[in-house]
Amino acid sequence: MSQTLTPRATSPEGGSEKALRVGQRSLLRRFLSRPEVGSLIGAVVVFSVFFTVAEPFRQASSLSTVLYASSTIGLMAIAVALLMIGGEFDLSAGVAVITSAITAGMFSYQFTTNVWVGVGVALLVSLTIGFVNGMLLIRTRIPSFLITLSMFLMLQGLNVAVTKLVTGSVATQNISNMDGFASAKAVFASEASFAGFNIRATVIWWLVFAAIATWVLLRTRVGNWIYAIGGSKESARAVGVPVNKVKVGLFMTVGFMAWFVGMHMLFQFNTVQSGEGVGNELLYIMAAVVGGCLLTGGYGTVIGAVIGAFIYGMTRQGIVYAGWDNNWVMFFVGAMLLTAVIVNTWVRTQTSKR
Amino acid sequence: MATTTGTTQAKPGPPVEEGGSGPIVELRGVGKSFGNIRALSGVDLKVSTGEVTCILGDNGAGKSTLIKIIAGLHEPTSGEYRVDGRPVKFSSPREALNRGIATVYQDLAIVQLMPVWRNFFLGSELSTGAGPFRRLDVKRMRAICDEELQKMGIDLPNIDLPVQNLSGGQKQVLAIARAIYFGARVLILDEPTAALGVKQSGVVLKYINAARDAGLGVIFITHNPHHAFMVGDHFVVIKLGEMEFDAPRSELSLQDLTHHMAGGAELDALEHELERGQVPEVDPLHGVKSKESVEPELPHQAERKG
Ligand SMILES: Nc1ncnc2c1ncn2[C@@H]1O[C@H](COP(=O)(O)OP(=O)(O)O)[C@@H](O)[C@H]1O
Ligand SMILES: [Mg+2]
Repeated sequence: MSQTLTPRATSPEGGSEKALRVGQRSLLRRFLSRPEVGSLIGAVVVFSVFFTVAEPFRQASSLSTVLYASSTIGLMAIAVALLMIGGEFDLSAGVAVITSAITAGMFSYQFTTNVWVGVGVALLVSLTIGFVNGMLLIRTRIPSFLITLSMFLMLQGLNVAVTKLVTGSVATQNISNMDGFASAKAVFASEASFAGFNIRATVIWWLVFAAIATWVLLRTRVGNWIYAIGGSKESARAVGVPVNKVKVGLFMTVGFMAWFVGMHMLFQFNTVQSGEGVGNELLYIMAAVVGGCLLTGGYGTVIGAVIGAFIYGMTRQGIVYAGWDNNWVMFFVGAMLLTAVIVNTWVRTQTSKR
Repeated sequence: MATTTGTTQAKPGPPVEEGGSGPIVELRGVGKSFGNIRALSGVDLKVSTGEVTCILGDNGAGKSTLIKIIAGLHEPTSGEYRVDGRPVKFSSPREALNRGIATVYQDLAIVQLMPVWRNFFLGSELSTGAGPFRRLDVKRMRAICDEELQKMGIDLPNIDLPVQNLSGGQKQVLAIARAIYFGARVLILDEPTAALGVKQSGVVLKYINAARDAGLGVIFITHNPHHAFMVGDHFVVIKLGEMEFDAPRSELSLQDLTHHMAGGAELDALEHELERGQVPEVDPLHGVKSKESVEPELPHQAERKG
């Protein structure tokens, strides 16, 4: 299918097959040029600090708690990282989790259906929110920051207002004795013990989704397109990448993950506090950025976001274990974000030099 | 499929598939408006196999707009666009690509942060495996990319490097190699030499020549008449969105071309008169002069009005 082109002017001495291949960059250099390397170093540092200062942090059960705290942020961070690599933000992601949980809880309760029906309806609602975000973006060409900020505020209002309207309080009704609750809890909120080590379903799902997302990102066409539309939308379009479809797909992926985390919250706590979720959208972005994602798109990895979420989980729980005032958590998370951004930027400029 | 170049240098084997011997790409009276800005009007153009058509013009003349129409990024607002003799309406660059019309844009349509091989196959990735295990054929893509770039004489230390680490000339040649590999019949190059030094420009010009010899129709956009004249078979000068000049190589010299770029049709007409040894009448000369002097004033007039 390809035409062969052999420029007469520039094939010297019969275009030797083994033309100069300058030696591969050294292993260390290649390792350092990975986007997630800064976060990996950060994770080791944070782990060492809490391991040293907080006695309880050293126990296996603490690791299990840290992993759990990391996973609920980390699941969303996976989808948010994909979206950011594709060049967009979703500020509605935090409250969208609650929207999904409220939908499932209230639908099943009000219509006395099997909870799985509510779970299905919530999935539809979540995917629709993502779809609407994406369509608004490509139709209006308004930056996703503004579109999803609007969506965030609207959902935040809707969550509380509708819950109050239907239940008369700010929380949804307890659904723990409804049909299908047990099986749904097994999927979204179960836990198991292996040799005294307690492991939560979300941790497993977190790693499974991270593996799938990494595979998609690095080994499929869609993954190639995600990097391309984040790096240069116009260039991607010019070579035939379906830019709009990929963008809408990415917002719907965030919607899907919001549904998943929302279902976890519902079946973990049986009831949903409608005012929650605010602020989490920034934690997802924080995790992705700590993990090496560029705010401008086109660069980053899912593994990095996973590590970013893990750092968050360690800090959150580590401060508790160290017996410090809980209010320091956000200060440390912020300081870590700042450090990570500075280190990532520095590493990138260093390694991109030849 | 690898033919030796020696035998096909003078008259390259004409491209294979298409039946007719007419032009691959033809524009008839094509125009394009953005709102009430008329970027282009009444452009006629034919591109045949094994021919380099140069489109020249100043900044803002409408060159990029013209090639974006051919490439399927813009639909013309007037006139007709034909491919292989039949009218077409492209709604995306993909459709133009599928007809063998490939474009190397001024910004090269490359993604700076992505590795060379991923850029090479972007939008046309090779896959292997079936169902949910369908995945990129990384090994094959890397091998092909490496081979194609070597054919073009680009030696990269590592095709995993982000494209941003390549030189301007290397990026151009990467984009050209990609277009040719994916079976382009018409190759559109938007100012490929604009940002390059003399040596790098030379490399790109060589590949334009090579693409022509491989039987491609090439549309070469430039505002450098020297570069155009080195490789062109046909020349079109665009001025303020209109074709001001259109001639095959046999009918002009580099001097003519430079002249057209500099002075426009009136000056050219005058020169032809002089060449024929006619004594120019005084009036037309004045006419030219006054026209010449009107033009620089246009922006001022516009300013005063606005
Ligand atoms: N998308 C667009 N919207 C409005 N005006 C445009 C657009 N693209 C080009 N133009 C206008 O059309 C004219 C021709 O531009 P262009 O084709 O880029 O010129 P050239 O490539 O010859 O420098 C310019 O006046 C430019 O401002
Ligand atoms: Mg231009």
